[in-house]
Formats: sequence, structure tokens, C-alpha cells
Amino acid sequence: MITTRGFTGRPGAKADRKRLPPGQYLTEDFPVLSAGPTPLTPLDRWTLALQDGGSLLGKWTWDEFQALPRTELTVDIHCVTKWSKLRTVWEGVTIDDLLAAAGLDEPPAPYLMAHCDGGYTTNLPLEDLLEGKGLVATRFDGEPLAPEHGGPARLLVPHLYFWKSAKWVRRLRFMEHDEPGFWESLGYHNYGDPWREQRYDGD
Amino acid sequence: MTVIEVPPSVGRRLAWRQVEVVERVAETPRATTLLLDVPGWPGHLAGQHVDVRLTADDGYQAQRSYSIASPPEAPRVALTVERLEDGEVSPWLAGEARSGDRFELRGPIGGYFTWSVAAGGPLMLVGGGSGVVPLMAMLRHRAARGEAGRAVPARLLLSSRSLADIIYREELHRLGSASGGPVIVHTVTRERPPSGWHGYARRIDAPMLAEVGFPPAAKPEIFVCGSTPMVEAVAEALVGLGHASLNVKTERFGATGGM
Repeated sequence: MITTRGFTGRPGAKADRKRLPPGQYLTEDFPVLSAGPTPLTPLDRWTLALQDGGSLLGKWTWDEFQALPRTELTVDIHCVTKWSKLRTVWEGVTIDDLLAAAGLDEPPAPYLMAHCDGGYTTNLPLEDLLEGKGLVATRFDGEPLAPEHGGPARLLVPHLYFWKSAKWVRRLRFMEHDEPGFWESLGYHNYGDPWREQRYDGD
Repeated sequence: MTVIEVPPSVGRRLAWRQVEVVERVAETPRATTLLLDVPGWPGHLAGQHVDVRLTADDGYQAQRSYSIASPPEAPRVALTVERLEDGEVSPWLAGEARSGDRFELRGPIGGYFTWSVAAGGPLMLVGGGSGVVPLMAMLRHRAARGEAGRAVPARLLLSSRSLADIIYREELHRLGSASGGPVIVHTVTRERPPSGWHGYARRIDAPMLAEVGFPPAAKPEIFVCGSTPMVEAVAEALVGLGHASLNVKTERFGATGGM
């Protein structure tokens, strides 16, 4: 380790460090990161589909989705670009409740690819989504989720880097074998655990 | 056509490298370029960024990401950093760093917001403030490639707060004046420009993008980099003008996100 002449760090930043994964800093803002333009899908055309291979396991319109059991989660979130935000409040439908609504006792495959408006994808192991760990979120901080933050609905998987919490999610596709999604194909880590600082391929 | 190039570093762990500041260049009152000696640098694509890690005497470390300003062809890696008022790392890089200072860096990172002459064009760049940095790497790469670069039509629309805040102003002028150079158009948002100003004096909007940019039928490769509100507004306007979403690549910077 080399030290940097004249660098002391920001007062207060050191105190934040205990609650933050390595290399992260605290922000009160809510930065936005997207690879392209923000898609604007009208709610009357929005659907969420659950798919296994070629077969459709379930599909919900916006109104049908709103009628599913809802869960509120208060969690810390961590973006690979280094910011973390503490105690964020989200509301949506857990993946457990989504599977139940599709009549599934258990997931049909061990991996999942989330497909989004705009073409974005991200891959996740199912065990990182079950038992309340994953949500399809439609509200943030008591308000409908803003389009630039992934509204009308985004995946929320807060224990992984935030690119796994895919914005504008429209389709969840089960996979027998793991495949890389968008950023996972472009040099970012396949799993993305912030506490192990799995930012990039090989970390 | 969307061309995605996989960066050269994929598959290997990105190691932290000790780098040394070779030279600092004051670009504007708030932005500074650091030319770095990076032993073992694996090369990069224009548009990629690096992670910088600073370590205090007590072992405290802070990391941030910065776009690479230099083209792949340059002998030194250059970072241009704008000092953020409440920043932690940027005040050191943009204000304190001197020739001979050392810190750590790893990269290159990011395989999407990248362009090379081989990807073709036309190339349409839209920047706000220090969002010009990765776009400059693209223009420098285009210039470094000579004939092949000049064969790709390129335009840059750059929004800055004032004339004094325009990063790379002289070099952009030189590039734009050269035969086969890119079309460079400025707009300033927070001061009334002097008489004789050829640029705009308002925030980037759809009519400006229509006047300056390539038509959607030309299927330009579009890169937009700036603050989140700027990128959101520009990307939405571009899609509204008829550009395909997949041809619009965006990158945002800054600690300010804004809900």
C-alpha cells in the first residue's frame, strides 16, 4: 500500500465506513446510472411476464400486479460506481409472492435472467431472490418509482451491486444454466457481492 | 448498427497499479488534467474509465471513477478531473496533485460507452461540462487514426456553463479547424456570450440537437455524457427526434443525482 501525499479523506467519511462495503462512499443523493435513454412505458401497456424456456408461467397487467401481496423493504443499496445510500424504503412484490401467484411451489430452474425495456438484461441465482431477498419494486420512499430510477417497476436485490437491481423490468426468465447479462458480458463481475468487492470480472 | 467491443482486460483481474503524476495541466478554473505514468498499462478503448484509489497516512482509502481523456494511441494515460465542491477525491486530483505524486489506479473499465474508428459512424457526441472527457478521447482517437479517422463524419455539441468553463477549448478549436476535422459546436448556459459568438446560449434542447446532429436516417452512433438531468433531457430529445434508443449510449457523472 502506498500513501498519497496530502490526502486526508473527508471529515465524516471515516465514520461512515463501518456500515459501508469496501471502497464505497455515502451519498444522500440518488444518482442515476443507465446505459441508454430512459424508456417510457405507459402503464396500460405494461405487463410483467414470468417465463421458463419457451413457456409462459405467468403474466400480469399493471392492475393485476398491484393486486398481488405487497412488501415494504428498508435497505442499504450499493452501486458499483462507489456510492451507497442507507435506509432506502421500497415497496413491491417479492419474488416468493410472484412465484406463488404463478402457482409455483418452487422455482423451475436455479438461475434467472431479468429482461427490461431498452434491452437491458442481468442474471441472478434464484437463491439470491427468494426468502424475501428480491423484490419487483414499484414504489420508492412512499412514491411511485420515477422513470429515471427504473419506474414503473424495477428489480430490487439490495445485497448485490445495484446493477443487478434491473430498471424497467418486464420479463423474468428462468434458466437451467447461468448466463451473463448486459454488464456481466462487458467486464463486470458475474455475481457482484459488494462486501467482497466483486466489481469487475476476476475480482 | 450497435457495435459492442469487449475491452482488452476482460477475463483477468484488474490489478491496482501504482501510478505517478508526470505533468498537470490546468484546463479551466475547476478542471485539471493529470498525465500519468502507468507501468504495465494494458491499453484501452476511447470512452472507458478507471478507478482511482487514494490512501491517507492513517490507512484510510477512498475510491472514485474517472473517464480516460487520452486516446489509445497516446503514450501516457490522461485523466481530466473537475473539482466537486463537496468532493473527497476530486479536490486532491484537481487541486493538490503535483508531478511526482503517486496514487493507485485500476482499469480500463466499461465496455459499452466506447468507440473506435473501426466501429464507424457517423459519430455524434453530446457533452455537458466535464462530460466532454470520454468524448474527447474519441475525437483524439479519430484524429490519431489519420485518413481512416477522417473518413468517419463526426460532430460534437458541448454545453458549458461559461466560456471560461469550456474544457479543451483550444484543442477542440484546432481539431475542428483541421481538414476533415469534426464539427464542434458550443453552447453556454450561464453567461451571455460576447458578440460574434458562433455557438448557442441555452441548454441543449431538441431543436438544437436537430440542427447540429446527424439526421436519424444517417443512423449515427451517439454518445451522451454529462450530469444526470442533462443526459436525461438529451437522450429523451434524441429518441423524440427519431434516433433509435439502442444507438444512444449514455454516461452520467457527478455526485449529484437529483431525485
